[in-house]
Amino acid sequence: MRISRTARVVLGCVTAAGLAIVYVPLLLVLLNSVNTDRSFGWPPSGLTGRWWRAALHSEGARQALLTSLKAGLAATAIALVLGTLAAYAVHRHRFFGRRTVSFLLVLPIALPGIVSGIALNAAFRTVLDPIGIGFGLFTVVVGHATFCVVIVFNNIGARLRRIAPSLAEASADLGARPWQTFRYVTFPAMRSALFAGGLLAFALSFDEIVVTTFTAGPGTRTLPIWIYENLARPHQAPVVNVVAALLILASVIPVHIAQRLSSDTAGGRL
Amino acid sequence: MPAAPTPGSRLRLTALLAPPLLWLTLAYLGSLAILLLSAFWATDSFTSDVVRTWNTDNFHELLTTPVYRTIALRTLSIAAAVTVVDALLALPMAFFMARVAGGRWRRPLLVAVLTPLWAGYLVKAYAWRVMLGEDGVVGAALAPFGLHGPGYGTTAVVIVLAYLWLPYMILPVYAALERLPERMLEASADLGAGAWRTLRSVVLPAVRPAVLAGSVFTFSLSLGDYLTVQIVGGKTQLLGNVIASQVTLDLPMAAALSAVPVVLIVCYLAAVRRAGALDSL
Repeated sequence: MRISRTARVVLGCVTAAGLAIVYVPLLLVLLNSVNTDRSFGWPPSGLTGRWWRAALHSEGARQALLTSLKAGLAATAIALVLGTLAAYAVHRHRFFGRRTVSFLLVLPIALPGIVSGIALNAAFRTVLDPIGIGFGLFTVVVGHATFCVVIVFNNIGARLRRIAPSLAEASADLGARPWQTFRYVTFPAMRSALFAGGLLAFALSFDEIVVTTFTAGPGTRTLPIWIYENLARPHQAPVVNVVAALLILASVIPVHIAQRLSSDTAGGRL
Repeated sequence: MPAAPTPGSRLRLTALLAPPLLWLTLAYLGSLAILLLSAFWATDSFTSDVVRTWNTDNFHELLTTPVYRTIALRTLSIAAAVTVVDALLALPMAFFMARVAGGRWRRPLLVAVLTPLWAGYLVKAYAWRVMLGEDGVVGAALAPFGLHGPGYGTTAVVIVLAYLWLPYMILPVYAALERLPERMLEASADLGAGAWRTLRSVVLPAVRPAVLAGSVFTFSLSLGDYLTVQIVGGKTQLLGNVIASQVTLDLPMAAALSAVPVVLIVCYLAAVRRAGALDSL
């Protein structure tokens, strides 16, 4: 397709403008984290490192970070196991109801978070509460794992579609047991997809707030919940801003790693 | 493709499928079933306790109260507007990234689009709140032209939601455009089609499923959102807000209300499924 020079320039400008809009809010958060003015008026009134020191000593933020890490790691571990099993079943076997299984897996992220959130909330209240399991980290992990499964499923599925099944067949023909084939042929071929899927699942869990709100008890505070609670408090605003700035800075790392590891960028929610 | 079933493979299949299906059925479908069931329960107006007596009052109220219809329509229009804005932005950007920019630029551009996805939903919504505020940067940038920012309200909600979900649209469209074989574009040119004709008859049909796949996310995420509305929406009420505010007061009513986005999304999924969008999810 011959694209005229004008068209190229116009498309380039649209892309540049789009990216500029994407980054302006993020840069403002970074700037505001060192702004002396508490209310973030524009233009900034001066530079200070005060908020950064205050944030690094904030016990609430540190506790919330720890809770988020625990929830994210546990949910990711469950999602990795369940998502890989499901991807294997759907992409390496033919059975009745295959499409239904994939549809079922997508459902938790296709339905709005608020619906999933209150559904889980209602279920935990009706079923778990009477048997003595209260809301807490456990219920958060169950909620997160449920919608993380599909991320792993997508990543592993995309990879399995690229690995020829003949590789596993050749391995079997050469006398390898199923476990050996998995250990020496299939697993190395999907290792990076597992890592990328796990990373994305973790990120999704780390950022999730709606499902968390409805599945966490009053004492369980993940980082997004901590941010949300403190947004309403004007005097905490600068500290929240620093935490936000830290999240933006930290976000560069996983994208970089995921990009290196996986070229399966086709998947929907990554 | 999958091998023919043998007794051994059937056993393995069962072992593979049982854990994920068990989890989804128990933890998710079970929860949805309980939610649906509780929509038919009632709430004691004095104690706010759920009373397990079967009735359809909630659905009756839902269908006959004009406020709910207004809110449902407003939510639907906002979700549709967000989806259209994202598609209009994503098409030229993804086209430039996949087809115009050289190979050396493709990766960095993709990373640039993806990175903000990781910066956190609240962080970004909150950044917009600051930008759209009284003496925010949007107002400051528009002031020289004699213009005002949109302030907090419906317009702000559309802007911020479109901003938040844009990568979910760019990604599938980019992937579809990148996969489009150069031969097809050349063939179109050889047959005498100009750039516009090729764009209309070759490129757009090829990316249609991808746009629909992206729209599942922009549409569904917007339908259920309630935090962005709280942060930049001013007095605007969407379905998500009403549901969220009812959860502790009147769970059965909240459950009945949440049937609205579920029905809308299931209809939407069924519609785009026929267009093959779900295969590119």
